[in-house]
Order: sequence, then structure tokens, then C-alpha cells
Amino acid sequence: MTAPLLSVKGLSTEFRTERGIVKAVDDVSFDLAAGETLAIVGESGSGKSVTAMSLLRLIPNPPGKISAGEVVFDGQNLLTLSDEEIRAIRGNRIAMIFQEPMSSLNPSLTIGLQIAEPINLHRKTPWAAAMDMAVELLGRVRMSDATSRVKAYPHQFSGGMRQRAMIAMALACQPQLIIADEPTTALDVTVQAQILALLKEVTRAANSALILITHDLGVVARYADRVCVMYGGRIVEAGPAREIYARPRHPYTIGLMASVPRLDQEAGSRLVPIEGSPPNLANLPPGCAFAPRCRRAADLCRNHRPLLVPSAPDHLSACHFHAQLST
Amino acid sequence: MPSSAPDTVLEVKDLKVHFPVMAGAVMRRQVGSVKAVDGVSFDVRRGETLGLVGESGCGKSTTGLAILKMIDITSGEVKFEGEDISAYDRSRMRPIRRRMQMVYQDPFGSLNPRMKVSEIVGEPLEVHGMASDRAAYDARVASLLDMVGLLPDMADRYPHEFSGGQRQRIGIARALALDPALIICDEPVSALDVSIQAQVVNLFQELQERLGLTYIFIAHDLAVVRHISHRIAVMYLGRIVEIAPRGELYAKPLHPYTQALLAAIPIPDPEVEASRPQQIITGEVPSAMRPPPGCRFHTRCPQAMDVCKSADPSMRDMGGGRAVACHLYDT
Repeated sequence: MTAPLLSVKGLSTEFRTERGIVKAVDDVSFDLAAGETLAIVGESGSGKSVTAMSLLRLIPNPPGKISAGEVVFDGQNLLTLSDEEIRAIRGNRIAMIFQEPMSSLNPSLTIGLQIAEPINLHRKTPWAAAMDMAVELLGRVRMSDATSRVKAYPHQFSGGMRQRAMIAMALACQPQLIIADEPTTALDVTVQAQILALLKEVTRAANSALILITHDLGVVARYADRVCVMYGGRIVEAGPAREIYARPRHPYTIGLMASVPRLDQEAGSRLVPIEGSPPNLANLPPGCAFAPRCRRAADLCRNHRPLLVPSAPDHLSACHFHAQLST
Repeated sequence: MPSSAPDTVLEVKDLKVHFPVMAGAVMRRQVGSVKAVDGVSFDVRRGETLGLVGESGCGKSTTGLAILKMIDITSGEVKFEGEDISAYDRSRMRPIRRRMQMVYQDPFGSLNPRMKVSEIVGEPLEVHGMASDRAAYDARVASLLDMVGLLPDMADRYPHEFSGGQRQRIGIARALALDPALIICDEPVSALDVSIQAQVVNLFQELQERLGLTYIFIAHDLAVVRHISHRIAVMYLGRIVEIAPRGELYAKPLHPYTQALLAAIPIPDPEVEASRPQQIITGEVPSAMRPPPGCRFHTRCPQAMDVCKSADPSMRDMGGGRAVACHLYDT
């Protein structure tokens, strides 16, 4: 097997808060192959966004700090690069798309200029040629009337158009990896479907890998090849999407799937909720973070944190009772 | 009550809510209007849940606010328990408000951070003079908290001490305080974590069964709306384009917009998704200031015909409690 494009090992990120050190990401490891789409799923406080930000070292320091681990991208550990070296990678070989396009676009610059900037910066392409490429990129993300739209400012765009512009910007330098953090959460349902289909299509065409951070199990099912489920700062289950949905091996994943209503199932029956609330990262229990909400929790779970171990071929689970969960 | 059936709680007829758009710094003048709700009719029967679903700007929230008279109605009729309240002012709405309550989306912004839970939940009792003495007040607050699954000792705490799901329970307890007939729920679970949404959805259903409540459930998430509603009205640019019992709406959506909305929502199962035709409509919702002529959806409709560009389709009764506003069903 060839080396993965991205290999994350033991990544840990902490924040210094009034209530002490909070481990937002705790010993996270995963691999990603070229051209693959990985979804990182979790609720608020699960550590999914901090994981994404840590990969590109976008954690504000202080109060945050990547405290351990390595992020090996195409043979290079990103965590040991100089500031200058990591800047040469951001927006170039790895691009990022954020949830709120309005706050990640510069309101005082035209869309075209913002798309052309990384091309000029990283590829040393002259501005005029870079602007021509911006028009071409806007066309590729299906922006109608791209020639005039490059001269527009972000406030003149709708939410969906801004997110298209963000995708054009991400594609500008033909990145090997795109990290998209809840890219469609702020958008309407029909526009969400358009943007995700577009993202999937352009990454496939360019053979770029995609990390999709989301809380939406439907989005994962439609677009992801592989899944990491996060809870309380850790990965609790990981594997191919089809395998995880067909044979979940962690009570949290099983609980999540039972708690969402599905359009293709009989309506009106009661949902099976997960009792309790997501954990407070400043005050995690000593054992399994999910134990207080888990129906199967035993003393073992409350006292000993389970490791992420193989539960089936190519399927990891961090549950002491994973072997008894096969459904 | 002449025309309305005895079990009808709410009747809305040709409701319009237009907001004026002003321009000019010195000579302020109206240059147009946003037609947020533009001719909406439906009724809600006692004990049922009517879902209002649509994308941002479709007018679903404005419809909810207009029914409660929290914003002014431009024209049309709202009848609550047989009484035409369309022209009621603040003071005449007061007794009506006891019977009609609202649960809001944001469990953080809709609770006063300086008030204890007991004060938040009990305030409506005081405002409407519903508690005879302190003991009756405390007993009512305790029973309301119990009804929504909160513990009695939580009464003395402040909102910030609660999680999002618990705060939404506090908001529901407040809405229940005056024993309302109708509760308008505006995106009540969309700000909550996925694992918490099911808890709150189940609570709404339990309370309905126990207290015989009637709900209007406003949300953009069609899967949640379908789960909780008995009937669903799909809105687009200020209009209802289709109304149907929930089973039929999913099994055989009639309006092309309903079809598009259903197709856009992924089903949490990779096997199902792989075999599902991916029909994604293009474009975004046009401005409600200048809605397209003819059928408002024709600019995005994959089945648009010539007639759709000029003639505004009216609601057509399709039988079995279904109605649709689309020229495909012209006869």
C-alpha cells in the first residue's frame, strides 16, 4: 500500500481557560488517501473543528496549543515546519473552506482579487493572468456571468454565491487536500445540496482529498468515503462510511443514528434519544466520556478510558464492549 | 361560529404581511414592499400538528408571528377558536394570548439571564393574574417544571446554568404556564445538538398527547417536520405551494418544489443514498421584494412551462386533504 496523503498521529490540542486546561482534541489519529473524502462527525464540543484547525496550525496561541502528535502531509510533518514553510502550504497545497463565508471573505476587496491572490502569491503568476484564472475558476464553480462577477464585492453575493466563491478560492492553486468546516450549515437546504455536490465534483475532478467536518449524518452518508466519529475530543469510531452505518460499533454512533428522523422511514413513531447532554470538556469523567449517557455503561467504563481498537476489518471502535455491539 | 367546524382551532384566510421598503434620507418615501407573506390560507384542527416548512425568506416565521399578532397584518383573516382576531389591538389580544403561545428557536436569547427559572416560568401567571397566592404560584411552577422533565430544585437557578436542551424545556414550560390551546413553535430544535433534538421532539409529542395541545411547527428541516406533524404546508416566497398529510407528502409530492426539497435532504444511510437519484435544482430563492411573475417557483422549476411565466397558479384541491398550486395539475 502506498503512503497516505495525510497521516495524523496522536494529535492533541489544549486550551488554557479559567477553569484549567481543556483538552479539546485528545490523541486523535487517522489516515487519508489521495482523492478520498473523510467526514469528521460530531456535536458541539466534540473537537471536530479544533482538529481541522490544528491540521493547518490555525489554533490561536495563547490560549490554544497543539501539545502533542504529528501531522504528516505528503511526507512532511506540518507541526515542525517554520511559520514561513506552513504559510507556503496553506491556501496552496492544503486549502480550507469555513462555515461562514461572509466572515472569511474580505469585504473591501473584489471577489476576483481574493481568488487571484493565492495564485499570485504561491505561483508567482502575474496579476493579469491570475485574474483571468479567477474568471475561469468562477465558471468552474458554476457562477453565471463570471466575467462581471469577478468585479463584485462579497456583500453583493448571496450566501450560496459566497460559498461558491470560497470554493473557487480553495481550488485556485489545485490543492491536494481541501478541509471544509461545516461548509453548508448556514445555507438553505436546496443550496446546501448544490454546494456539497459541487464540492464533491470538483474535488473528484482534481483528485483532491476532502475532509468534511459536519454534524449532519445525512451529509456524511451522501458524500463521505470514510468516517471518524468524535465525542469529547476523541475519535470513538472510525471506518468506511458504509460499514459504520451498516454495523456501528460504538453506543454513541448507534444512539445518534436512532435519534435522527429519516425521510424514508415511517413517521410518527417515537425517536430514541440519547439521554443527557454532551460532556463538558473542562470536566471529563475519568473513564469513557460517553459513559454517563450510555445505557450499557459498566464500572469498567466509568473508571477506564477505552482505547480505539480494531473491532472488525478496517473498523475501529473505542468501546470496552465493542464486540458485543454487532447488530 | 358559523362556517368553522367545531374542532377547528385556527383558520387563516388569504393572510398577507407586507413590509414597506423606504428610501431617501430627507424625503422618506416608500419605494416598494417585501411581500413576506402573500396570500396564505390554512386551518388547524384541535390536537393536530401542522408543519410549516420552507427555506429562508419563504415567510414561515412571519406567518407564525402574524397569527399571534406580534406583527401587523396587511390583509386577510385570522380566526382563533371561532373569533376573528385580525383587527384586534394589543388590549383585545391580551386574553387571546393566554390561549396562544410561542416557543422560540434560540434557547439562549429568549430567556432573561437575570431571572430565575421560577420567575421565567411563572411570569405569565403573574402578568395574567392567574395565581391566587404564593403557594398556588409555587405549586404551578413546580408542576410545569415536572411536566417538561426538569427537577423541582432547578427552580432557583439561572438560565446560564442549563444546557441548550434544558433551556428549551424552560421555554416550553413558560409557554405551557397559561394552559394554551395552540403553541406556535418556531424552529424549536434547530439550535440544539443532534442527540438533544430527539429529546425535545419527544417531549413535544408527549405533551400533545397529555394535554391535547395543537401545534404549528415551523422548521426548515423536513425530516423533523415530517416526524412530528400530521399535516405539512410547504412554503415558497410568501405562499403555500402544497399542503398534504405527512405520509402522502413524502410518498408522492405533487409540487416540483416539494420534490426538490425532498431530494435535497440526504438520508442518513450510504446504501440508500447511493441508489437515490440526485436531482438537485439550481439557483437560489429570489428576493421577496420582486417575486417572479406568474408562478414564483418557475425560475428554478425543472418542469416550467410557458403558462408558468405569466399565470399565477391558484391552490387546487386534490382530494384527501391535499392541495397544490401548480399548473401541472390544471385540467
